[in-house]
Amino acid sequence: MYRSHVLVCGGTGCTSSGSETLISLLQEELKKNGLENEVAIVKTGCHGLCAQGPVMVIYPDATFYSMVKPEDIPEIVSEHLLKGRVVTRLLYVEDGGKAKALKDTDFYRLQHRVALRNCGIINPESIDEYIGTGGYEALGRVLTEMSPDDVIETILASGLRGRGGAGFPTGMKWKFASGNRGNVQKYVCCNADEGDPGAFMDRSVLEGDPHVVLEAMAIAGYAIGASQGYIYVRAEYPIAVERLNIAIKQAREYGLLGKNIFDSGFDFDIDLRLGAGAFVCGEETALMTSIEGNRGEPRPRPPFPAVKGLFASPTILNNVETYANIPQIILNGAEWFASMGTEKSKGTKVFAVNGKINNTGLVEVPMGTTLRTIIEDIGGGIPNGKKFKAAQTGGPSGGCIPAEHMDIPIDYDNLISIGSMMGSGGLIVMDEDTCMVDIAKFFLEFTVDESCGKCTPCRVGTKRLYEMLDKITKGEGTLEDLDKMEELCYYIKDNALCGLGQTAPNPVLSTLRYFRDEYIAHIVDKKCPAGVCKALLSYKIDADKCKGCTLCARNCPNGAISGKLKEPHVIDQSKCLKCGACMEKCRFGAIYKE
Amino acid sequence: MASNKKTVPFYGTEEQKEQLLKVIQELRDEKGCLMPIMQKAQEIYGYLPIEVQKIISDELNVPLEKIYGVATFYSWFNLNPKGKYEISVCLGTACYVKGSGDIYNKLMEKLDIAGGECTPDGKFSLDACRCVGACGLAPVMMVNGEVYGRLTVDDIDGVLEKYN
Repeated sequence: MYRSHVLVCGGTGCTSSGSETLISLLQEELKKNGLENEVAIVKTGCHGLCAQGPVMVIYPDATFYSMVKPEDIPEIVSEHLLKGRVVTRLLYVEDGGKAKALKDTDFYRLQHRVALRNCGIINPESIDEYIGTGGYEALGRVLTEMSPDDVIETILASGLRGRGGAGFPTGMKWKFASGNRGNVQKYVCCNADEGDPGAFMDRSVLEGDPHVVLEAMAIAGYAIGASQGYIYVRAEYPIAVERLNIAIKQAREYGLLGKNIFDSGFDFDIDLRLGAGAFVCGEETALMTSIEGNRGEPRPRPPFPAVKGLFASPTILNNVETYANIPQIILNGAEWFASMGTEKSKGTKVFAVNGKINNTGLVEVPMGTTLRTIIEDIGGGIPNGKKFKAAQTGGPSGGCIPAEHMDIPIDYDNLISIGSMMGSGGLIVMDEDTCMVDIAKFFLEFTVDESCGKCTPCRVGTKRLYEMLDKITKGEGTLEDLDKMEELCYYIKDNALCGLGQTAPNPVLSTLRYFRDEYIAHIVDKKCPAGVCKALLSYKIDADKCKGCTLCARNCPNGAISGKLKEPHVIDQSKCLKCGACMEKCRFGAIYKE
Repeated sequence: MASNKKTVPFYGTEEQKEQLLKVIQELRDEKGCLMPIMQKAQEIYGYLPIEVQKIISDELNVPLEKIYGVATFYSWFNLNPKGKYEISVCLGTACYVKGSGDIYNKLMEKLDIAGGECTPDGKFSLDACRCVGACGLAPVMMVNGEVYGRLTVDDIDGVLEKYN
């Protein structure tokens, strides 16, 4: 028995900010103080509040320490763990408030954790801890008490929709693939190729609670009559890959994967396939082509994967977060799940909130929560007192939500009606310093890069869109370009082969819809209101503030600044490269851009 | 962007080849084994030069153009060697809005190479990468897996200094 448990976050965010070092220092320090048999260290998955990393929670009283540095460890051990005195200076304190227990902070209080239930609480490398929190109970119940059709009915009744982006009802998917059980080879696949830039929900589940995915896939296998599963996971997620490998090995040892699980006669095994950095492989048919060992190009549908998927066999593919909900639905019942959320979007959704926001991190809230709650209450608002401009959801396939829509309840259908989409759950907050034309260009650059090249609308169309945006950010666009762009957007949407191409124009369409004035400012006034597009900026010197120290002139790489000592300087606009070096160097704040 | 890329001769050892043959032997009967084999091959050699692709092609009896096709499709596979210190700058959305583009440009300028290239002395290679998932630390860059977060352009000299 340990009298205290120290939970140290071992997610990617905290590992990047040094949590591994903290763990080894803790071990040393505990030994030094003879506490190694009294205090246990648990390396957990993501706690969610990545911006405050590395984070540490000490139980039994759930003291929450944030931004812990190696030099803090001796004090934590000697004060907190030895003498029982909280190290107040390391406590996480919310704006102007007092330190509170983890679950009472604004960040956690408004969340509702289903998919992230175990993340940050159990040791993801221990199957016993997973079982200790009710793990594999759902699989046991399914195999011993339910028929495959019962399972599908339960999932259908829960109203669970795919968390990967499109929101297709999960139970329907399973039902389509469920015919002819036992007579044909079928596959269950898991899409863990989380490719949206700025999204890290799935990674956190895989790192923090890998067994939940294995359990859910086995349940899916039983429901449709498949004996083999594949998890397609990004090779860029080394921690997730390692923990999945450990989890699969443990599940096999415990007889929870393999032959004759729970003596039910049901066989199911899972193998990993590593993705190799192609965004298009998040599209279901491309993912399957990739598992088969080919270039990950999508295939036309129909035939749908439920009929002819991986290795030409009936296949279901769900995303990590979707799977993470399954065991809970089985254990607590479809009504429980359906009681959360909105009419057509049930349950909760995990968002990776990042960009210009104070509490960068993972947030799980019931469907129907407003953007305002997520950003202002949970996310702690925007840093440096800046003004909210837009939130981007759905990554390169999604769109921007402007301030006027901050109060609509977020669910699949509402987001589509305002021109964005749920996507996998990346939520990027932008403030007044973000140029919306530049953001559209950024996403198009991404899709141009990631287009697989198989179909012309996507391969050529996205490139042409990018070129027009580039022209506008350089101040060379015309108003006619806007109409042309819009026309091209709809053409690509209607004609591209797969989801990547069909949704690629969304960032352009949604910024055109809500921020047309910014486009017009770039085209007509030749100005970038946010001060981002370099070609449209000009650096100027405020003659009243300039002391004539010559520092800027000496630092200008192109000799564009002239002036005499102790007299105001001037910038020759025709020579200026807009590198901003002068502004960085000026000690008197005399240089400004407009 | 000027390119300093030089053809680096292939130095494969017998041990590496032996390892690769063993991997191929182990995986060859699995369905869809090509990518896992190529991933292992890259682990063994550090990159996937045409010579290595030829070995895989001969052993699996798969046309070289298919292997080359797969190798060039996925960004994970490198046809060129990496520097002793591999620098990658995250250009994911969160980092980008916090200014990682400037950091990437500054590195290209400092190292005098383009993205995807390696300095002629084999010391540094530079790549842009998509989200590494450390968005809380944005903007970030990595040097051989070591993450540097909350960077500004002024921090770059200090980071490079550590490896010089």
